Amino acid sequence: MLLRLEKRAERSSAMALISPLVAIALTLLFGVFVFWLRGVDPLHGLYVYFIQPMTDEWSREKLIVKAIPLVLMAAGLAISYQANVWNIGAEGQFVMGALAAGLVPVFFPSWQTPEVMVVMLLLGVIGGMVWGLIPAVLRVKFHANEILTSLMLVYVARLVFDWLVRGPLRDPQGHNFPKTVNFAGWQVLPSWGDIHLGALLAVILALALGFMVLRMMKGFELRTLGTAPRAGRFAGFSADKAVYFCFMVSGALAGLAGASDVMGVGRQLQTPYEPNYGFVAIIVAFLGRLNPVGAILAGLLLALTFIGGEAAQTTLHIPDKIAKVFQGVLLFFVLACDTLILYRVTWGKQK
Amino acid sequence: MKKLLITAALAAMALGGTSAHAADKVKACWVYLGAIGDAGWTFGHDVGRKQVEKELGDKVETVYVENVAEADAAGPIERLARDGCKIIFATSFGYMEPTLQVAAKYPDVKFEHATGFKTAPNVTTYNAKFYQGRYVQGLLAAKTSKTGTAGYIATFPIPEVVMGINSFMLGAQSVNPNFKLKIIWINSWFDPGKEGDATKVLISQGADVIAQHSDSAAPMAVAQEQGKFAFGQAQDQIKFGPKAQLTANVDNWGPYYVRRVKQVLDGSWKSEQSWDGMAEGTVVLAPFTNMSDDVKALAQKTYDDIKSGKLEPFTGPITKQDGSTIGEPGKPIPAGDILGTNWYVKGIDDKLPQ
Amino acid sequence: MDQLYAIANWFVSHAGSFYAIAITIVAASTPLLIAALGELVVERSGVLNLGVEGMMIIGAVTGFVATFLSGNPYIGILAAILGGALLSLLFGFLTLTLLANQVATGLAITLLGVGLSSLIGESFVGQPIQRLPSFYGFNILIVMSFVLTAVVSWVLFRTRLGLMVRAVGDNHTSAHAMGFSVIGLRYACVAFGGACAGLAGGYLSIADTPQWVENMTAGRGWIALALVVFATWLPKRLLFGAYLFGTISIFSFTVQTFAWGIPSQLLSCTPYLVTVVALVVISRNKRLLRANTPACLGQAFVADR
Repeated sequence: MLLRLEKRAERSSAMALISPLVAIALTLLFGVFVFWLRGVDPLHGLYVYFIQPMTDEWSREKLIVKAIPLVLMAAGLAISYQANVWNIGAEGQFVMGALAAGLVPVFFPSWQTPEVMVVMLLLGVIGGMVWGLIPAVLRVKFHANEILTSLMLVYVARLVFDWLVRGPLRDPQGHNFPKTVNFAGWQVLPSWGDIHLGALLAVILALALGFMVLRMMKGFELRTLGTAPRAGRFAGFSADKAVYFCFMVSGALAGLAGASDVMGVGRQLQTPYEPNYGFVAIIVAFLGRLNPVGAILAGLLLALTFIGGEAAQTTLHIPDKIAKVFQGVLLFFVLACDTLILYRVTWGKQK
Repeated sequence: MKKLLITAALAAMALGGTSAHAADKVKACWVYLGAIGDAGWTFGHDVGRKQVEKELGDKVETVYVENVAEADAAGPIERLARDGCKIIFATSFGYMEPTLQVAAKYPDVKFEHATGFKTAPNVTTYNAKFYQGRYVQGLLAAKTSKTGTAGYIATFPIPEVVMGINSFMLGAQSVNPNFKLKIIWINSWFDPGKEGDATKVLISQGADVIAQHSDSAAPMAVAQEQGKFAFGQAQDQIKFGPKAQLTANVDNWGPYYVRRVKQVLDGSWKSEQSWDGMAEGTVVLAPFTNMSDDVKALAQKTYDDIKSGKLEPFTGPITKQDGSTIGEPGKPIPAGDILGTNWYVKGIDDKLPQ
Repeated sequence: MDQLYAIANWFVSHAGSFYAIAITIVAASTPLLIAALGELVVERSGVLNLGVEGMMIIGAVTGFVATFLSGNPYIGILAAILGGALLSLLFGFLTLTLLANQVATGLAITLLGVGLSSLIGESFVGQPIQRLPSFYGFNILIVMSFVLTAVVSWVLFRTRLGLMVRAVGDNHTSAHAMGFSVIGLRYACVAFGGACAGLAGGYLSIADTPQWVENMTAGRGWIALALVVFATWLPKRLLFGAYLFGTISIFSFTVQTFAWGIPSQLLSCTPYLVTVVALVVISRNKRLLRANTPACLGQAFVADR
């Protein structure tokens, strides 16, 4: 019995829609297996994990808040990956964005006008963009592999953040605790319940990017450079400019995510600050089929696994590590099922 | 169907009543920074939680959540409050703001924040005088070291850690005024790889006694392998260093937790800032091993003196690294000053970030 | 004459300290070297496996658990190798048979590996195990890392097998036309890479600090990936690179003990920054980069017939 893959004449659009559902179904099956192993009633486990977080308002709000940074970052990463620009350092750009935005409350705590909120968000964008430009420059000028440079810079970003928040940016009234002053007034994002302004920004930006990718020339350019670089070059698309563009956009979004997180949720800078959203966003990007609009749904789904994981800890006494395993398995199945879009599975010997 | 559910819910709420009278079963919850299997800080708290279960039996139901990152703590803490916890112990200083935020929303729930400094009517802080144990450790280090140098694996430059280093040094200086201390900051609470490497570096720099504030047993294992001495952290780590461990700072949160949960049960819980130590049994030293009898006797005497209150490591005047002194002669330094320590005692060869 | 004696005396009296630092550097560099050697072979065959971190940590946990349950560290080493290899075969199945995107799959494997390892190791955190015996700090795995470097170098460049692997990595279409089994060779290399990564992880949990804790590999798998590029896919350069990184890591601690007042976080940045700089320096020369880069790195191979 030999599994063979036969390339389809063209992408199967039917499979493109079905495959993520199949992947989710397979993940749930895996979940049933895990719950059974741990002696938890599988259906109850699935309920607590995936359904319950959507049933009450508090959980729903937490779900959306959790999804905000994921969606923001995944939207940017999606277009970046489509162009074959592998920004793995979104987490570092996130931290730098948070740091940049946090400088305002630390140095100008009494600046309390509506403009300060915009300034802080802009600083976040700039912070992330600048940090994202470093791997871009290194790739364009020195051909340094951006996967590794952007990743190394995550560690550097975290350490720099730690040094600053522990040192110069520390709250002088804070008994030498490693945190800044609390943000207040206009330096905090307005919220409806727990959901802060970042949610609106995430949806708008994801939709905007989605539109760009699908309808505008830029999107076509990036997609071509990603799938057929030579063709792209013949068409006059500059691969170098694409690298800059992708890192700037994904870096900007990551920085914005960081700024909105500290302005909307944490309301201070505190170290250690390693939420790992930047890495989860990579999964979200793939889950959303590298489509910024798909990132919205994918982000919500992944946020669900986080919230569900929390609930499972308190209700089912299942360790939180299971949430991580679910996420990995989900991505895994998505990738496996994706094959079916481009290839057909047949049996039989090799001719 | 919906009507049935709503009626049932209303009935449950009515029957549940308020928490005005003593509840028949109290739900006590713990929020942990790390994993309970870390054999260190979190493990110590969990042992305390289990003691509450044992002593209060079916009057109490305990729940815990582990691996809660500080930046993300508000969600889990609020979830516990919503789930009916009557008292929540947040076991890391980084939980301070999230705890206060949630506490403001749930005034009927009691919150206890470990190693913090902000309180509210329903938020209290609690801490343990670990530095008392470190004083004895420093004394032992000076007594057993052949090179007159100890190595210290420090985590983050927060007051908690710095006061520990100071106390250690004071204890060492009480025996050898010229004792040297080398410090490495690993910027992590728990990273066996880094801790092991740091230990090896310290030993290569001449330290033959190792103290640590980090949570793994890696330093102990390295010390055992290289024939040096070390102090266990948060738990008795003798099984990792049968020939290396002199003693260990053992976190014994049980008595405190039992006391506080009982107060919730009988309604006498009040917000206060507790700082238990050896006297209350919260800080315990593991049996003294791998030393000569007269050193053991001296250590035991010092231990007993601190327990009984005769000896307080932070008694004035103490000379700071910059030459100034703090504290009045013969009087213990005010708790507030110690809790915000950001200075070294004289004789420590390191610089603190300002 | 007196001065010579004084200098010699200083060296001798500090010899112990030099040796201690040297052996610490060796201990820190060994896992990087082993994992990177495996990945080097994988990449030489044209496959980009970003899942090194995941395979490494699975190796660490399986090795630890096996040692704990059997009481024998050598069994643990074997288990570590097996664990890493098994996870890598999962990667292989996805990328070589199902033709999934290699970058994404590698990331998925890392995520899966880290999560699974936490789960497997849950009840073993904080337990002591029988440590791998060492002689003045040297253990068998350290010796093996040097042997492995020599073996990989020899096989890749002096044997037919190595030639086939490199051919497959440089031009899989021609290699297939010449009758080499592209997929078969790649599967073998991926498994070898997984075995090495697993072994490196096992080294950490059995020999280095005989402990298991979540995330104990702490990003070393990623460093190993960087080192492969740094070494332009040549094993001897890899040896240098691994030791460079190890030396800088240990030095960042040693400098702290000198109490020069440099913030510890900035010192901790140095290994990562040096890696970036080294990467840039190596990659700058495009010709040099191209000369040794497996041309088909990362591309899926589908037989036309």
